[in-house]
Amino acid sequence: MKIKYYIYFFLCFINILSSQEIIKGKIVYKDNRETIALDGASVYWQGTSEGTITDVLGDFKLKISNKTNNLIISFLGFKTDTLEIVSIKKFVHFLIEDLSNNLDEVSVVERKKSAKLSFTKTQNTILVDANELLKAACCNLSESFETNPSIDVNFSDALTGTKQINMLGLKSPYILISEENIPMVRGASQAYGLTFTPGTWVESIQISKGTGSVVNGFESIAGQINTELKKPFTDTPFFLNLFGSKNGRLELNIQLNKKITKKWSTGLFIHSNQRNQKIDKNVDGFLDAPLSNQINILNRFQYTDPVKGLVIFYNWRFLNDKKQTGEITFDPDMNKNSTMIWGSEIDTQRFDTALKFGYVFPELSYKSFGLQTAYSTHDQKAYYGLRNFNIFHESFYSNLLYNSIFNNTTNKFKSGLNFSLDRYVENIDNQDFSRTDKNLGVFLEWSHDDLEKLSWTAGLRVDFNNNIGTFLTPRLHLRYTYDEKTIIRLSSGSGRKAANIFAENQSLFGSNRRIYIEKGSNPFYGLLPERAWNYGISLSRSLKLFNKNSNLIFDYYTTQFSNQVVVDVETQGRVLFYNLNGNSSAKSLQVTFDIDLTSRLLFKSAYKNDIVFIDYKSGNKQKQLVPKNRIFANLSWNSIKNIKNQQWLYDITIHHLGSQRLVENYTTPNGSNSPSYSIINTQLTRLLSETSEIYIGIENFGNYTQSIPIISSDQPFNTNFDSSQIWAPVFGRMIYGGFRYKI
Amino acid sequence: MKRLIYIIFLTITPILCAQNNSKQEKTSFKVSGNCEMCKMRIEKAALSVKGVKYAKWNIPENQLTLVYNSKKLELIEIHNSIAQSGHDTSEIKAPLEIYNHLPICCLYIRDEKNKAPLK
Repeated sequence: MKIKYYIYFFLCFINILSSQEIIKGKIVYKDNRETIALDGASVYWQGTSEGTITDVLGDFKLKISNKTNNLIISFLGFKTDTLEIVSIKKFVHFLIEDLSNNLDEVSVVERKKSAKLSFTKTQNTILVDANELLKAACCNLSESFETNPSIDVNFSDALTGTKQINMLGLKSPYILISEENIPMVRGASQAYGLTFTPGTWVESIQISKGTGSVVNGFESIAGQINTELKKPFTDTPFFLNLFGSKNGRLELNIQLNKKITKKWSTGLFIHSNQRNQKIDKNVDGFLDAPLSNQINILNRFQYTDPVKGLVIFYNWRFLNDKKQTGEITFDPDMNKNSTMIWGSEIDTQRFDTALKFGYVFPELSYKSFGLQTAYSTHDQKAYYGLRNFNIFHESFYSNLLYNSIFNNTTNKFKSGLNFSLDRYVENIDNQDFSRTDKNLGVFLEWSHDDLEKLSWTAGLRVDFNNNIGTFLTPRLHLRYTYDEKTIIRLSSGSGRKAANIFAENQSLFGSNRRIYIEKGSNPFYGLLPERAWNYGISLSRSLKLFNKNSNLIFDYYTTQFSNQVVVDVETQGRVLFYNLNGNSSAKSLQVTFDIDLTSRLLFKSAYKNDIVFIDYKSGNKQKQLVPKNRIFANLSWNSIKNIKNQQWLYDITIHHLGSQRLVENYTTPNGSNSPSYSIINTQLTRLLSETSEIYIGIENFGNYTQSIPIISSDQPFNTNFDSSQIWAPVFGRMIYGGFRYKI
Repeated sequence: MKRLIYIIFLTITPILCAQNNSKQEKTSFKVSGNCEMCKMRIEKAALSVKGVKYAKWNIPENQLTLVYNSKKLELIEIHNSIAQSGHDTSEIKAPLEIYNHLPICCLYIRDEKNKAPLK
């Protein structure tokens, strides 16, 4: 033992003796923006065998040679350098990549992740860019979250094929869905609004969990989804997309952009989709997917003057959407209002226009003004069997915003005013439910960022609402960078919402449930406005596993309702709407893990647990049709782009849904639970050149369907008839393909 | 009346607080660096000097844009603070000791006297 120590001391002694003759250095290279250490570079004196190899941090130590001052540094794939050493001070040396051997590879750039958690934002925000949206080629905003574990996509009913999104275990009405920061899918458009934005128009999506910012209003409770559309100034001049699927859906997108002058540009986006094949694969006599026809036109103008700091957007948009569903033999001209054949038609016309100004003080870029105004009308006329439902929603929204700083840019604030007016003319079977909401809100949001460890955003708004009264909405988000790799985020805040009970629950019209409302004297159908608090914590950590980059994210959010409009379908043949009496909460846990298996093969996975319990009249129960457990996994791969810009992209996603609680029906009088099941979606894309690409995909590869999607489909005028209890796809395996072309 | 109080409190007060009649000057100069981490360090070093209102460092151009109160401070104080954080500015070079201790990703290319490439 002792001998070892002697040797150790002896070595130290030698070290001290010779330390003055040692040079120290670090060998690195510059990859794009970052500098990276070169592990294993050889460093030796020219013409000698005296040398060493750098360690993981690129560091080396080498005794000075008495033969030469010329130091040679080499590493495979880099140009060899010879340096003349003139001092023993530690130095850093950069090697330059030798690209002469990789002629066939055009670029060796690390793949950019198309969906990633924002590292710098205070809020827990996921950014989804256009590349991620291409992974699920079909078709509109409601379907663009299939490859994202934070948002669950469910079918809302067995008739319209509409997909409905959930976040933190709560349905989309509790999510503030905005388009370029103007609230969009709300009020009358709640049921089908997401299908009114074609996926190809979208530039990016920001998904924030928790209550979000006070700037956009008081309505967000579970989260915020903001969509940015393509900007005429930066988008390609011409884009074409053709899509066709085996279930008879055809889509066409034409997008044109033109610079009128140096500062003005305009874009014309045209979308049309239709389905005119009658398909009934499960032979229940009902169409599996509706006959449909949509025309959607958006025209936008953009003015950009970077010198004066002025940006203006003006948009107008027109939409006409028609759906026909019901029994396969149903002919609207013959059988409307018949008690023999059940059918339904839903016609929507929507007009939107928005004007936005942004002004940044040219000398003081932290100071800016913004004004957004939007006006829309949404006119939906529908009948479901013998039930008529018409809703007209006229909406005006304006927001005046001022951004500046306190002292310096580590303390920023946004303050402003917003005014909105919503006029609803709504009736069911000639029973009138019209109302007008007027709201004036004033807000202040203060963001602090110490540029290192801590940042927080505290917001407060006061709203004066003709129907809700005067109320405060506080919100707080906090981010703490524990170390280089670990981030902790906290959020809390409250939100309120007036439930538009019919528009939000339109899928229930596809049933013969009788509607009962426990009316009080309140303006919203006699019911109280909904109110909830949301608290959340998120931990994210980047890891090196087997020398590969990976991330582990842990999210836990809880939403506690103090007022909620409970939609109770626990009793057969009835739907009850009443104010919450007791407890209602949604607790949502999500664990996400992703790893870059190679630079071109990425794996993403998530586990979710949603405990959503509501005090119904019949007791405290998990909300029906919300699975407690979900598992998500996605694998995406791309080949290297060759000189002709050709590339393969492949993507496969698996969703596993745990058992869901089903309410009672005439075959299961005490309710039941659905089996758990998995769905696989996959897509292959081939970039043919810089301008064109083709794609082919399969949805629901395993062909899993709900065996009886419509309860009592043989007797659609019986009280048991119900198409709204959907827990699995109605449609089996579906093949689709398409073509994209851009200049 | 209550409304008016809220509106004044939440919108007009911060605007007034943020205004002061100091002389604000805008300038920009080169600061060497590489990445997001450098950006944080450089901006923090600039903003830590009292009187600096705004600091944004642009990664591809390595250009730092500043707004500061020229009555409260001399521009060279900002250069000095940034150099002390390890980044060379157009006026002041960072001490070698501090440069060597930067995280690897932030090591930017600079000329050093102790080594010279051999032609």
